[in-house]
Amino acid sequence: MPGEEAAVGSSVEAVFREERGRLLASLVRRFGDLDLAEEVASEAIEAALTHWPTDGVPSRPGAWLLTTARRRAVDRLRRDRVLATRLAVLRAEAERADHAPPADADRDLPDDRLALFFTCAHPALAAADRGALTLRFLAGLTTVEVARAFLVPPATMAQRLVRAKRKIRDARIPFRVPGPDELPGRLPTVLQAVYSVFTEGYAASSGPDLQRIDLAEEAIRLGRILRRLLPAEREVAGLLGLMLLVHARRDARTGPDGAMVLLDDQDRGRWDRQMIEEGRGLVVVALTGRAPGPYGVQAAIAALHDEAADVASTDWPQVVALYDVLFGLVPSPIVALNRAAAVAMRDGPAAGLALLDELADEPRLRGHHPYPAARAELLRRLGRYDEAAAAYRSALTLVGTEPERAYLLRQLKAVTTE
Amino acid sequence: MLLFMSPMVDGEVVDNGCSFEDWIRYDREMKDAGVWVSGHPLQDLTTCTTVQVGPDGERTITDGPFAETRELLGGYDVIDVPDLDAALDWAARSPGAIGTGSVQVRPIFEIDVQA
Repeated sequence: MPGEEAAVGSSVEAVFREERGRLLASLVRRFGDLDLAEEVASEAIEAALTHWPTDGVPSRPGAWLLTTARRRAVDRLRRDRVLATRLAVLRAEAERADHAPPADADRDLPDDRLALFFTCAHPALAAADRGALTLRFLAGLTTVEVARAFLVPPATMAQRLVRAKRKIRDARIPFRVPGPDELPGRLPTVLQAVYSVFTEGYAASSGPDLQRIDLAEEAIRLGRILRRLLPAEREVAGLLGLMLLVHARRDARTGPDGAMVLLDDQDRGRWDRQMIEEGRGLVVVALTGRAPGPYGVQAAIAALHDEAADVASTDWPQVVALYDVLFGLVPSPIVALNRAAAVAMRDGPAAGLALLDELADEPRLRGHHPYPAARAELLRRLGRYDEAAAAYRSALTLVGTEPERAYLLRQLKAVTTE
Repeated sequence: MLLFMSPMVDGEVVDNGCSFEDWIRYDREMKDAGVWVSGHPLQDLTTCTTVQVGPDGERTITDGPFAETRELLGGYDVIDVPDLDAALDWAARSPGAIGTGSVQVRPIFEIDVQA
């Protein structure tokens, strides 16, 4: 019956979506090779697509997939002796280093995804490749989809992934969760990898669309997995909270024509209240106890924006205070730029502009369009329209996406006619 | 393999302030942990000779490392550890990683002699 087939098809898809990351993680634990894990995982999924529509979906689909994939891997290793020798050494060492019992397909599968997160975001990998590996292996995106996410040609992304996978295998980047003494040092790279996926979705660096909701949602899904796997880590709560509090505004960030709507002008009735509530709860977790980390502080700032009825009633002194804390943790010019914008709201545009002008020689803000755009905005509020126009023009030479360009053009037009 | 690199300025190796005793202590720590396989400190730069064989098979022998060298390999240790994290840990503990020095970690290419 076609209806039954469709039901099997959609449940198969749901299974793959949920199980692919766990399946890959188990296979990497077992065989220590990301390439081999990917190949046999795909073969197992193909086998499932052949058998499940006629035999029905097994009661433990994850275990079925793992058993099938492991058999394929063993077959492959029998054929390829060089690889087998190398992997046998790796496996013996992995088992010596890790006393966890091997996965038994008859029992519930242990969740190895946390180790996979740390492998994909190891500091020995290029920072740009960590997000890509995380999307490929933990979100289960195809190479083409990962390439689209990071706006590079598929062939380039394929090469980067091949190189990164080879480095993991040949440099023996370990597949493990760092111990409590190392975790604080290693967790930031994992969080950064997930956050880079989110920011690419939230504010695409170039292209026709301002937001790519699917990527932001994938990052939130990864954040939820991390939160489940590391419930005691407050920065994980901070990151998930930050993503939810920002993503809650997604519907209000663009107008009906896809045009960008700034925070000041957003219809706050369209913000996702449920997401904001969940995010606020996570902020409390992130800020309770010891000194907070950068994601917790950024989440707290996002929460202050989300809680305010409008821009004017936003608790700007509190926002500035949080930016001070954030700058203490991350003394970057981008944080200084955002702090200056908050100071302008608290103390007036002249105060903000003075702070921005202090950043004029900052090399990391050169080529960063929010800097001239923020200056333009404050100059305009001070009635210095000619200077504002000049600043909007320099922002326009740097801007990446079409909606942002259109927004800046509207502002430029407004100051030249004011 | 851990390669201990020192930067060079005007043909002189920049001293990173580590004493001979620091290196002796590090050497002992690796041996006590059972990870040390082999390794040597190298003589200073004035003793370096470079050999290059051209397409015609002719040997060119020059004094010193290549002129454009900005870093000098000061010595190396081969250690036997299960993974990169363990190697990075040993690299970070060495006197060679401090200050101006740096340590490159390179896996050894293992050739399967049976195949």
